[in-house]
Amino acid sequence: MATGPGSSGAGWRGLVLPLLLPSWLVIGIFLLVPVALMAVYSFLTKDFRGGVIWQFSLDAYDQFFVERGLFGDEPPRPNWTYITIFWRSIWQAGLATLLCLVIGFPTAWFIATRSPRYRTLWVCLITIPYWVNLLIRTVSMRFLLRDQGPLNEALMAIGLIDSPLRIINTNLAVQIGLFYSYLPFMVLPIYAAVERYNFALSEAARDLYAGPWTVLREIVLPTVRPGIVAGCILVFVPSLGAFLAPDLLGGARTYMIGSLIDEQFRGSAGNWPFGSAVAMILLTMVLIVLLWQARVAMREKR
Amino acid sequence: MMAARTDIRRYTGFGALTALCLTVLYVPLIVVAVYSFNASRSITAWAGFSMRWYVDVFTGPEAPIFRAAAWNSISIAFLASTVATVIAVAAAVAIIRGGRFRGRQSSLAVITLPLMVPEIVIAVATLIFFTTIGVRTGYGTILIAHITFCIPFAYLPISARLQGIEDSYEMAARDLYATRWQAFRLVLLPLMMPGVISGWLLAFIISLDDFLITNFVKGAGMETLPTAIFSSVKQGIKPNIMAISTLMLAVSIVFVTLSFLINRIGQKTRLSKGEGQ
Amino acid sequence: MKRLVLAFTLLSTPALAAGELKVYHWFEYMPPELVDKFEAETGIDVTIDTYDSNEAMLANLKAGRLGQYDVAVPGDYMVKIMADQGLLDSFTPDELPNFGNIQDEWIDVPFDPGRKHSIPYQWGSTAFSVNRDVYKGDINTLAIIFNPPEELKGRINVLDSQGEVLALASMYMGIPQCTQDRDQLKALMDMLLKAKANWASFGSDIAKDVLVSGDVAAGMIYNGFSAKARAEGANVEYAYPKEGAVVWMDNVVLLKNAPNRENALKFMNFLLEPENAAAVTNYAAYTAGVKGTDPFLADEIKNSPENNPPEGATFEFVMACDEETQRLYDTIWTNLKR
Repeated sequence: MATGPGSSGAGWRGLVLPLLLPSWLVIGIFLLVPVALMAVYSFLTKDFRGGVIWQFSLDAYDQFFVERGLFGDEPPRPNWTYITIFWRSIWQAGLATLLCLVIGFPTAWFIATRSPRYRTLWVCLITIPYWVNLLIRTVSMRFLLRDQGPLNEALMAIGLIDSPLRIINTNLAVQIGLFYSYLPFMVLPIYAAVERYNFALSEAARDLYAGPWTVLREIVLPTVRPGIVAGCILVFVPSLGAFLAPDLLGGARTYMIGSLIDEQFRGSAGNWPFGSAVAMILLTMVLIVLLWQARVAMREKR
Repeated sequence: MMAARTDIRRYTGFGALTALCLTVLYVPLIVVAVYSFNASRSITAWAGFSMRWYVDVFTGPEAPIFRAAAWNSISIAFLASTVATVIAVAAAVAIIRGGRFRGRQSSLAVITLPLMVPEIVIAVATLIFFTTIGVRTGYGTILIAHITFCIPFAYLPISARLQGIEDSYEMAARDLYATRWQAFRLVLLPLMMPGVISGWLLAFIISLDDFLITNFVKGAGMETLPTAIFSSVKQGIKPNIMAISTLMLAVSIVFVTLSFLINRIGQKTRLSKGEGQ
Repeated sequence: MKRLVLAFTLLSTPALAAGELKVYHWFEYMPPELVDKFEAETGIDVTIDTYDSNEAMLANLKAGRLGQYDVAVPGDYMVKIMADQGLLDSFTPDELPNFGNIQDEWIDVPFDPGRKHSIPYQWGSTAFSVNRDVYKGDINTLAIIFNPPEELKGRINVLDSQGEVLALASMYMGIPQCTQDRDQLKALMDMLLKAKANWASFGSDIAKDVLVSGDVAAGMIYNGFSAKARAEGANVEYAYPKEGAVVWMDNVVLLKNAPNRENALKFMNFLLEPENAAAVTNYAAYTAGVKGTDPFLADEIKNSPENNPPEGATFEFVMACDEETQRLYDTIWTNLKR
């Protein structure tokens, strides 16, 4: 009964190199090289309104971290504006993740505890909206939340409010948008973890007179934690670099990381080294989170 | 005993939250679907039932743009998911059946890399790459970018499926003097098929769905469905967009049902061939 | 695998260039019927990609799209910037049989003397419009945008266009465009940052839609776009601020390395026909720079308040500053948007 590493019984060992070559080539050339190139670009000089001059310069990172005043002649101080944008994005992504968790965990639990016949049906129900294009879903959300949109009209019709709620073009709209975009990413990993959960553990705890919420807190959560962590990462990372939700729902008023980068390459700013630098900083942050999570997971395995 | 069992699975409020979750997921789409049948142009006042916007999607002034965009989206998704699936199958066989070889961990890391890099970073890096080497952006560049980020999505279901298949089947085939290729084609591949198809479907949808990366690396005159919809939406949510949205919802229902049925069949074949003999 | 490579190569081969034209244009600026007419007359297949600001167009051309488009339609100051950057191809008047149709006052323009790279497309003004159902007071001052009254706070859309926003802001503060005076620049930036608190969104292609749908009650907008908003049912009035408004001229330029140069010239010539220029005018609701369009113009365009400024209304072109000063304005704009 040997699958996985060590089972070279079927004789695939010799073919490993040619089998892996395509994936290494494709991802190596079209992802690793471009990212490395982007890192290089972050150390070049910007050309007027787009493009680069091949000349080493720390201007991009300087612009990010150091504030030298409008004319560049004030004494350098830490630049809070871009850090604020990052902070704002982290905060938004964090809130969206929390929202997804609060609603996603009970949902995943509920689905996983249905009878096996209907379980997959519930999973289908959750995933169907996800297969609709993210753009379409964001647009539908925008349509719903507008001042003259159906949500406000409905609330006014039942008399809950007098004048339309100002939701669109606010941070709240962006959060709702992020939550809406990535909810299934939270539900599915938790569902998978709960489905494999051995309910005998809960039974045992109950036999020992533990209350249901204690069981949840002390037994269930630690056991399904990998699923929860996976779900959180799958929501947090995309939300961090999101572009559509801030643009379509937030009124493009405030920069999040995604819009900041987009502006450098396709908008008016035209500062490629700076855009590359911001992208590198984002990538570094994400890799740190992932590495940290991997270390925690490895420690748990022991 | 039965009463205690249902007790531990049930928590108050979870059912309600699930209902809330599903409501939030479906309400915007349903509202848009309802309004797509609105007879008048207005997006705020209901004026009666009509199919005119669906007709408009296929025959109106913007129809050629959307048709070209849809063709681009579907053909790119088809090609990208197929190529990505082939590459993913090869990689899965190597990683899961190849034993402990040097570079196994790093191969796994490389394959899942596109999942871990934020989309905007991939978009920017790819644009910089193609501009620097001077390749004209267009259909080809979009296709290459899509293949690259589809590989991990195809890989995951395939690897999950492959890990659950005992290698005793292939060993039996080899014992019967089958070549490696025959063992693969006639034994392993059919057993893997549900995973392969799942992976293909997943890659297909991911490619069809992509907006950010495509927007960065498409060239002049090239639109895919998401980018065409985005340009149109920026100028105001028009009823024909709502019709397109409802159509895509219908397509997604079809795809999910397909994938669900295929999984069902897959489970049945596994159970009949494997455990229990 | 081989079949795949073959298919891939076939897909990336560019189509035969003889019958194509790739246009890079503003959103909602060219009537589809006119494009159909051109295609019918010449057999050339036209594709139009859109942008929503001069700066975005430039950014995308520099991001590798130069050599993919034949013509673009930049505003006046952007023509000069593009010419200085070497992005434009030139032509001689004999290559355009209809060259003589250009109105005399638009031939020797400061951004393209003698018209070597461009032809006039439309000209108009940029100010703002206010929804008269929401605000009934005096609207002829830029304070509506930069220091709005209570009813309009938080319900204003501003164009996502650096050139025009900064020009209007300078006019509001009474400082010259492209000034290098440090105190003036600082004051400009401070004023803009304070004003931003009252704005709901930045957007150019949504400028008309947000007024029509009521998402905002006032918005910076081009005069013709405002006329279209009125035609779609918004109760808006276009303002002529006493501090001045922006006047602009959009021009069709021949891009460097145009893949279909001949077809591009045919297209530009086509647009210089009075009848066709009038069709654009009727669609976009601005004014053409071509002689003889009067008999073809629709009445509501000729007589619209957006095309008939009152006595004493003042206008300025957006000025393209030298690179050093431009950098400062770029910084102000980035500070504003973040």
